[in-house]
Amino acid sequence: MEMLFGGNGRSDDLSYEGVRVVDPTEGIDEILNLTVEAGVITKIEPGSGGNGRVVAPAFVDPHVHLRTPGREDEEDISSGTKAAAAGGYCAILAMPNTEPAVDSAAVLGALVERAKDEAEIPVGFLAAISKGQEGAELTEMVDLAERGAAGFTDDGRPVASPGLLRRALQYHAVTGRRIAVHCEEAALSRGGQVHEGLVSAELGFGGYPSVAESVMVGRDLMLAAYENQPIHLLHLSARESVDELRSARSAGVQASGEVTPHHLCLTDEVVRSLDPNVKMNPPLRAEEDRQALLEALKDGTIEAIATDHAPHARYEKDVPFEEAPFGVTGLETAFSVLYTRLVEPGTLSLAALIDRMSAGPARIYGLERPRIAVGARANLVVLDLERTWRVEESGFRSRSPNSWLLGQTLKGKVVETVANGKLAYSA
Amino acid sequence: MAEVTPLIRDELLPPRGPERRHLISITDLAKDDVERLLALARTFSASLEREVKKLPALKGRTVVNMFFESSTRTSSSFELAAKRLSADVMSIKATGSAVDKGESLKDTALTIGAYDPDVIVLRHPHIGAPHVIANATTAHVVNAGDGTHQHPTQALLDLYTIDEELGGIAGLHVAIVGDVLHSRVARSDIQALVLMGARVTVVGPPPLIPRGIESMGCEVSYDIETIKHADVVYVLRMQKERMLEGANYVPSLREYTARWGVTPERLRPGQKVMHPGPMNRGVEIDPVVADAADALIERQVRSGLVVRMAVLYDLLTHGPVEVKVAEIEEVA
Repeated sequence: MEMLFGGNGRSDDLSYEGVRVVDPTEGIDEILNLTVEAGVITKIEPGSGGNGRVVAPAFVDPHVHLRTPGREDEEDISSGTKAAAAGGYCAILAMPNTEPAVDSAAVLGALVERAKDEAEIPVGFLAAISKGQEGAELTEMVDLAERGAAGFTDDGRPVASPGLLRRALQYHAVTGRRIAVHCEEAALSRGGQVHEGLVSAELGFGGYPSVAESVMVGRDLMLAAYENQPIHLLHLSARESVDELRSARSAGVQASGEVTPHHLCLTDEVVRSLDPNVKMNPPLRAEEDRQALLEALKDGTIEAIATDHAPHARYEKDVPFEEAPFGVTGLETAFSVLYTRLVEPGTLSLAALIDRMSAGPARIYGLERPRIAVGARANLVVLDLERTWRVEESGFRSRSPNSWLLGQTLKGKVVETVANGKLAYSA
Repeated sequence: MAEVTPLIRDELLPPRGPERRHLISITDLAKDDVERLLALARTFSASLEREVKKLPALKGRTVVNMFFESSTRTSSSFELAAKRLSADVMSIKATGSAVDKGESLKDTALTIGAYDPDVIVLRHPHIGAPHVIANATTAHVVNAGDGTHQHPTQALLDLYTIDEELGGIAGLHVAIVGDVLHSRVARSDIQALVLMGARVTVVGPPPLIPRGIESMGCEVSYDIETIKHADVVYVLRMQKERMLEGANYVPSLREYTARWGVTPERLRPGQKVMHPGPMNRGVEIDPVVADAADALIERQVRSGLVVRMAVLYDLLTHGPVEVKVAEIEEVA
């Protein structure tokens, strides 16, 4: 059953001579010549030299807010998928917390049609678990799955009722589409603006404690274990959540997790700037949390890096920190910032970064894994690891400028993206 | 474990060049800055003894007071401070302004900024509002209270009052009692007192003491008896308006008052008592304590005037304090 839509229309002929090809799943890291004919990889031959560029399986972002329908002023399918192509992605999954929410076959069907016309790269849509994401009534999950929903989530909000989440997990046995949960116990996070810790104490912010996430992670994992159905934990931020995920996985629960570039690179110390572009949900946490997330990413407890790309109009973020909405963009900077902050200093290997940005998220949602093999559709990213560039608003394809990286210089750049056989981006 | 990538802090700090100084947080100040401001305030205090109280020091300068949250003492004190220094003063309040019509803070700031004010004094219910003004205008920004974050001039006037009354700040023990969680005054005061070498203990029920507050250099006690050991007992207002409904910070005001109210029995003779106002008499402070000779509450209000004169003057002038004092005496 199809889960990705649009982005087709062309199958290109491409060739790469003497490039370093890295595909961790295929066990490739060598200098090769690569030929793509009519969108399919047809030749992989030994090459020589090496022009400083790396060709890898293109990335998959399992967590993007395309703001469509409802807030096309912030992002739409065209701008969001163009931004994704520029970030090296060959597929993205959009979250259903739109206006209206993607909670019926009609809304989903309209999105699929728009994607076929407008998407630069293939895009999939998660549907809501509850009608209107209000946490009361289950959506018609079987119907939605048949119409192409890539998974189910009430992201942006937790599934407050354990009874409702249990029902959704039970329907997974029929739909086979992953249930993804935003873990937040609202009774503990209410009024919370930033991580509850030393920085919130000093600055006077209402705290959003780690335990608000981890108690919900614990509950949701228990429900998944009881129903013996898989569950995916969105944007993990706290050490305790990671511990819960690790022990559930080792107990055989089919649980997966994702982490964002900002939670891997920043801590709540940056909140001292009171810059609304470092305000997100879940919030940036302490250094020990960041270290735990890194460890989990390295050991595979967390399989996927997700941008949680959350565009906001400038006027909505140009307000006092406390009034600003949660969320930052990330599609166009994810690889570069993680390469600069984690791979260059030796914290994470390039192979692990590529795996967590590509094969990991594809596996979670059952999407076809981008791979470098003869006969495979070309889903490739070309990376220039030596190139430095400055993150500037004028360079964004996204409609919204709320990046936490504005003005910063990064090393490593996506220079070409091939998505489903089509050259979708070229720097 | 591999090397930790250094955190980006400097890159994210708001633009606050030495050319255009602001007073947004006590953390903007070093110890000598505080000493300089207190010395200036003392000079102004002497000048206010004269028959004609107005000084021409800021003649031709414009000070805009933007008060988007209710205030009696802070707004009147800033207004009078600016007037005593001969500045042109304009006051804007949320009610009756375009804020009522849904204008954003940034747009209001751009509008006011078009008049090129020298200083904008801002009181706002939300953390980070002064940064919006600082980014949108070319004025010096003085934070007169932003949400639960900071109220730096309150802390400076508290230092001034303590210094005047007790002849110094270093080595004193100050107990700050009550709703620390919701108090911008507590945060500014802890930082200012610790900066000047005082020992600070915060006292109150556990839900009203923020986790991790010790990292600011203070001690924590849940026992009201602790205040007997302090030289100064600083009583905070119970901020009922900032408490989320159903959050159960205190089961009842009655229990709070019974356990943590500052009463004559809980004090020892000679202890000084302060309160930033407005007081909830009979809740956090017993009326007998509020009206006793050892209460410095009205002194705090008087200190507010000279300290705010010092802040306005200091932001708009440069150079070492000796020069400034001479200038003031000359013009006075």
